[in-house]
Amino acid sequence: MKSSQTLNIQSTIKENKSHKMKDRIITGLMYLEIIAVALIVLVPVLWIIGTSFDNSSSLATSSIIPKNPTLNNYKKLFNGTDFTLWYGNTLKIAIVNMVCSVIITTLTAYVFSRFKFKGKKASLLGIMVLQMFPSFMAMTAIYILFLNFGLLDNLYGLALTYIAGQIPYNVWLMKGYLGGVSMSLDEAAMLDGATRLQIFWKIIIPLAFPMITFLAVSTFMAPWMDYILPRLLISSDSKKTLAVGLYDLISSDANNQYTQFAAGAVLVAVPITILYVALQKHLIYGITAGSTKE
Amino acid sequence: MVVNEQKKVTPLIPGIASAIIWGLGQLFNKQYVKALFFFLLQMVVVIVECLTGNYFVDNFVIRSDGGFFVKGIWGLITLGTQPRKMSLVGVTEGDHSIILMIKGIIVVMVALIFVAIYIWNIRDAYKTCKLYNESNVRLSTKAYIRELWESMFHYIILLPSGILLMFLSIMPIIFSALTAFTNYTKTNMPPTHLVDWVGLDNFKNLINIPIWTKTFFGVFGWTLIWAVIATVTCFFFGLIQAVILNSKRIKFKKLWRGIYILPWAIPSMVSLLVFRTMFNGQFGPVSQLLLDLGITSERVAWFSDPTNPNLARITLLVINLWLGFPYFMALMTGIMTGISDDLYEAAKIDGATPFDEFKSITLPIVLNAASPLLIMSFASNFNNFNVIYFLTDGGPTNVNYQFAGSTDILITWVYKLTLDNQLYNMASVMSILIFILIGSISLWNLRRTKGFKED
Repeated sequence: MKSSQTLNIQSTIKENKSHKMKDRIITGLMYLEIIAVALIVLVPVLWIIGTSFDNSSSLATSSIIPKNPTLNNYKKLFNGTDFTLWYGNTLKIAIVNMVCSVIITTLTAYVFSRFKFKGKKASLLGIMVLQMFPSFMAMTAIYILFLNFGLLDNLYGLALTYIAGQIPYNVWLMKGYLGGVSMSLDEAAMLDGATRLQIFWKIIIPLAFPMITFLAVSTFMAPWMDYILPRLLISSDSKKTLAVGLYDLISSDANNQYTQFAAGAVLVAVPITILYVALQKHLIYGITAGSTKE
Repeated sequence: MVVNEQKKVTPLIPGIASAIIWGLGQLFNKQYVKALFFFLLQMVVVIVECLTGNYFVDNFVIRSDGGFFVKGIWGLITLGTQPRKMSLVGVTEGDHSIILMIKGIIVVMVALIFVAIYIWNIRDAYKTCKLYNESNVRLSTKAYIRELWESMFHYIILLPSGILLMFLSIMPIIFSALTAFTNYTKTNMPPTHLVDWVGLDNFKNLINIPIWTKTFFGVFGWTLIWAVIATVTCFFFGLIQAVILNSKRIKFKKLWRGIYILPWAIPSMVSLLVFRTMFNGQFGPVSQLLLDLGITSERVAWFSDPTNPNLARITLLVINLWLGFPYFMALMTGIMTGISDDLYEAAKIDGATPFDEFKSITLPIVLNAASPLLIMSFASNFNNFNVIYFLTDGGPTNVNYQFAGSTDILITWVYKLTLDNQLYNMASVMSILIFILIGSISLWNLRRTKGFKED
């Protein structure tokens, strides 16, 4: 009886030891995996930063750590191209898009989440589904519409298409979010005699703040990455956006400016990346709030 | 009694009056401001029509004398009747079918707005009179506006987004859908030629002309494979990364998460163009590295080797994984923080291994919560124009296809048909097919999300 007990204890100790070994191996493997993935993620990022400081304009010699680092590419970008102009244009569109989108989307979502009216669900589903129509064909029609209203080659015209384009998805996200917010505050304010617009400004806006942050960031971001719309609607050089300008640096077959492109890419990506990383909590919150299933 | 009976009339009379002249019924109801409002709106329609047309000529022809509304509708129906003519005198401008068509759609939409106002005007005249008959109450215009604001608040607030969507989303979609029923192509371009309605001919061509059928099914098959694999790989890799980072064994979680979030944070166009240069067949550093290490004996044309389309496809999927997993990782991390610890504690007591926990707790909960986003991601990958266009531009070339390369998905094919080959009608047929497929999947999917569940 006693001896068997000691035996038992001994075997548990042994088991524990091998358990610890196993534990360490697993931890080691997990670290190996995350380090490997981190490297794969970082290499292209570091490569483009390295290339932006490279001395030649070709890619063949570029590496993560350039041999003769120089700021020439950045200088050329500012002096030789309209880079600052493109940056300014894109910034302008981004801000207009952000401000108008936040106001229109939040108001629309407020109505959709707090009022009952005829055709509510149908119109919400309808616009969401219409969004699925491939947009290039639609471009011809927008082109001719803008031609008739003098909005072609106009930054605000471009911003208008962004504002319209983001409505369905963001209204749906915002509505999902507001639906999860209790209506008791609204009702209390209503009883106190507040008007619906007052309720909107004083109650809904503060309550929806996390989602509004998400909306603001994502609508601010959209014009920096979009290529097709400005390509089709903007024709003059001075009104190009960054996406078009940068693409043109490397899209021609003959005179490619890869290192200048790299410098431009770094200048675009750095502020946006910082913004994203800093606000990641809100962004993750934004996507999970309305679009998931319970 | 007698006086009252003389005053009361059937509400049909002001209703009919308003149907004949806008605001006449309101005048009858002694609501002068409202009457003026409706009357002025009608005058706007009449004046616009008269000023834009020539109605006071002897032999009236719609094509040259019709106003905004009449000519617009005529243009939409006929798509123009006179092509551009070349003669000794020079060029006589003809009709531009496409402009006529788009203007026609705009006219119909504007007209519908006015029809709605017209109906409102009649109903208002009828209702006001009826209310007066029943209760002797007649709202002043001011009170009416207040009441309108109260009862129509939601519609009024929706007006700006409604108008934006109507002109920038719905109008273009109607136009491109209608293009599928015309012969609008490169060889039949306005203004030198007229475009005509051709019914279902384009759809028939897709079935009857072998090269179209072959390209369609080839491209469609690859689009499906691409969308499924791209979604599944990003989802599972993101999930695995999230689970590993969530583990208590890992330190510096914030640092790792910060690194992993980078591909999501960097503007995708920038990273796509970076990858395009890295995988460049002639001088890209990836080929160079493989060459230097002696793994390959010659440079690899990742995206442009026609003999090896699958290499391009696999490379695309791998790069897409780099771009796409952080989004799912972030998402899963968010969902996983919502799972109660009690579940895991209970599982531990029952002697579950970490793998059991993952399989029976984490995975089902995450899959269930994220399933709408998974479908949405499938839909967006199905139409993932950017990745294909910026990395391979559809290449490598495929001689068996009509205007498409081996990695072209439907949406990039549509783009090529539209902008490179100007086969607008076929592109539009394709758009409609994509729309029906993705639209119905999304419709089914959206109805299951929180955003729609509540009401």
